[in-house]
Amino acid sequence: MATAIKVDDLPKTEVQAAQRPAPKMSARKVNLWYGQKQALFDVDLDVAKNSVVALIGPSGCGKSTFLRCLNRMNDTIDGCRVEGDIRLDGRDIYDRSVDVVQLRRQVGMVFQKPNPFPKSIYENVAYGPRIHGLAANKAEFDEIVETSLKGAGLWNEVADRLSQPGNSLSGGQQQRLCIARAIAVAPDVILMDEPCSALDPIATAKIEELIDELRQHFTICIVTHNMQQAARVSQKTAFFHLGKLIEFGDTDQIFTNPKQQMTQDYITGRFG
Amino acid sequence: MTDLVSNGGRFAAITQRPPRPEAVVAAHTRRRYARERRFKLIGMGAVILAIGLLAILLATVLSSGAGAFRQSYAVLDVRLDPAKIDPSGNRDPEVLADADYQAVLNDALVSAFPDMDDRQGRRALRAMLSAGSAIQLRQMVLDDPALIGSTVPVRFLLDDERDQYLKGEVDPGIPEANRRLKDRDIALIDRLAEQGRIETGFNWTLFTNADSREPEQAGLRAALVGSFWMMLICFFLSVPVGVAAAVYLEEFAPKNRWIDLIEVNVNNLAAVPSIVFGLLGLAIFLNLFGVPRSASLAGGLTLALMTLPVIIVVTRAALRSIPPSIRAAALGIGASPLQVVFHHVLPLALPGILTGTIIGMARALGETAPLLMIGMVAFIANVPSGPLDPATALPVQVFLWSDSPERAFTERMAAAIIVLLGFLIAMNVIAVLLRKKFERTW
Repeated sequence: MATAIKVDDLPKTEVQAAQRPAPKMSARKVNLWYGQKQALFDVDLDVAKNSVVALIGPSGCGKSTFLRCLNRMNDTIDGCRVEGDIRLDGRDIYDRSVDVVQLRRQVGMVFQKPNPFPKSIYENVAYGPRIHGLAANKAEFDEIVETSLKGAGLWNEVADRLSQPGNSLSGGQQQRLCIARAIAVAPDVILMDEPCSALDPIATAKIEELIDELRQHFTICIVTHNMQQAARVSQKTAFFHLGKLIEFGDTDQIFTNPKQQMTQDYITGRFG
Repeated sequence: MTDLVSNGGRFAAITQRPPRPEAVVAAHTRRRYARERRFKLIGMGAVILAIGLLAILLATVLSSGAGAFRQSYAVLDVRLDPAKIDPSGNRDPEVLADADYQAVLNDALVSAFPDMDDRQGRRALRAMLSAGSAIQLRQMVLDDPALIGSTVPVRFLLDDERDQYLKGEVDPGIPEANRRLKDRDIALIDRLAEQGRIETGFNWTLFTNADSREPEQAGLRAALVGSFWMMLICFFLSVPVGVAAAVYLEEFAPKNRWIDLIEVNVNNLAAVPSIVFGLLGLAIFLNLFGVPRSASLAGGLTLALMTLPVIIVVTRAALRSIPPSIRAAALGIGASPLQVVFHHVLPLALPGILTGTIIGMARALGETAPLLMIGMVAFIANVPSGPLDPATALPVQVFLWSDSPERAFTERMAAAIIVLLGFLIAMNVIAVLLRKKFERTW
């Protein structure tokens, strides 16, 4: 049933996408296998510059898997095979000439569970610039650390204890530290894999505010289980089900007037 | 609504079950607590048993070995007679070296016991001191020829059987025929003690001398030096190779059948009896590569072979205990796989690796069987000056001394065990301290 719906619908979204300026990232006919099991089926999706795209869908629908295709984190999984075309600024990121390390500098990632390195707050933020050689001396590192922490809205809380371990912070602070760490290498795109699922509502609200601010400077793709969150932070929403992209459109339209019955059922809580 | 009704029906069987009688519940609870108490008692019993056995072991070793750290000396006034040592008077070192120091020593003994100046008496007097006493005098004179002509008090090692008597290990009550020390010898020692010529001091010989046929001159130096070289070689060979192999297998190797096969074999290798490694060392290092027999180098190489799988297994376990989120975090920011390993995973796994390494090294330090196969069981009377010299190891020295009938060797064997245990405990303490120091949470 799901395939029947999709075949009718997809050309339309493709036409819509083609009418806009070139997207920051674009995926065409992405298929992915974990060993013998296919996890993604012909996913087509565009992420426009300086926008937030939310990926929603029930557990196991492939939204995180798709997200991890965008910075090739799936490369680290044995038996994982990706087919199709994923482009960053028009360049195929699965091309042989692409250095995956440089790609991940351009496409940063924030994970579900806050995972600061067991090092100082300063070191957590300075690590990325250090391995990529983005700063020449202490003063430049200091500057990057400060601006990144300010960017993540964490500076005021940690300015006087930069040498303390990163995991001495609270969960929400840790997640903002991870965001600071991600933006410290000046990426183009930030991928967020359910960044608030381990946080309380207040910390979640802070992260959501932050996402809105980050959008001015970065392009963001966020996976979330929380539909209110998707509605609040994103401009575009993609609904995945069983590895297929069921519907992709403006967030307002998806949540008020979904074209697919399945999307309607999901966002109204009929299944999921 | 129908759903709700049917749900109520479904749960009715659960909610409307008659409550169990109070007494049944109480009895059940009592049994549960009793079971828990029993288990705790059994556990405590097991711990007490283990500690008790350890205490017995330590008490036995300490009580039988403590004596070896003390040694009795006889202090005699020795007149270094120029007529006997250097008749020509020109202090020619060759003449000095060839002189009859036994005669000088005999004179000193007889002057202390003038009544013993007959053939048998002199023999009894000579037997009182360690066989190396004349050589000790010679060395003293060669070191400082100016002493010739003077009378100097000299401390001689007492013969081992007399030393044992002074430590109360020889029971004069048993029939003379069943004793190595005869009544006459005992009387002589008692007289020496009455004259105040017996001194007791720390047995430095145990640490400054190599093995000897004379128990009172036997020491652990060759074993200590041999063990030191072997540990050094074993450490610098097995740790880098083992850690590198583990990192490759755990972080880089593709997951396929070959790697599985290697993994199974590494695990098996860790369980291979150590004597088999000894045979391997004999075949490879001695016969193929021509490493000198009973050299520390051969021992170190063999022990490295034996320790390698242990270090690989331990390091892999330590690497595996690092949460994947750390790797994901580093990869996500654009670290290369090598940077992930060297900046994050390996430093975090270090406490585990260090602990495993030290425990592996401790096992190697206490290993005897493979060393027997490569000739380290030889009688080594010279302290080795390098890893290519014949040497022995602490546990092998224990094994050698345990074979000797003399009471003094039995005592020294226990002392060697104490030294060995001391090193093992020290290594384990270091392992714990390192773990405490480097342990980090995430």
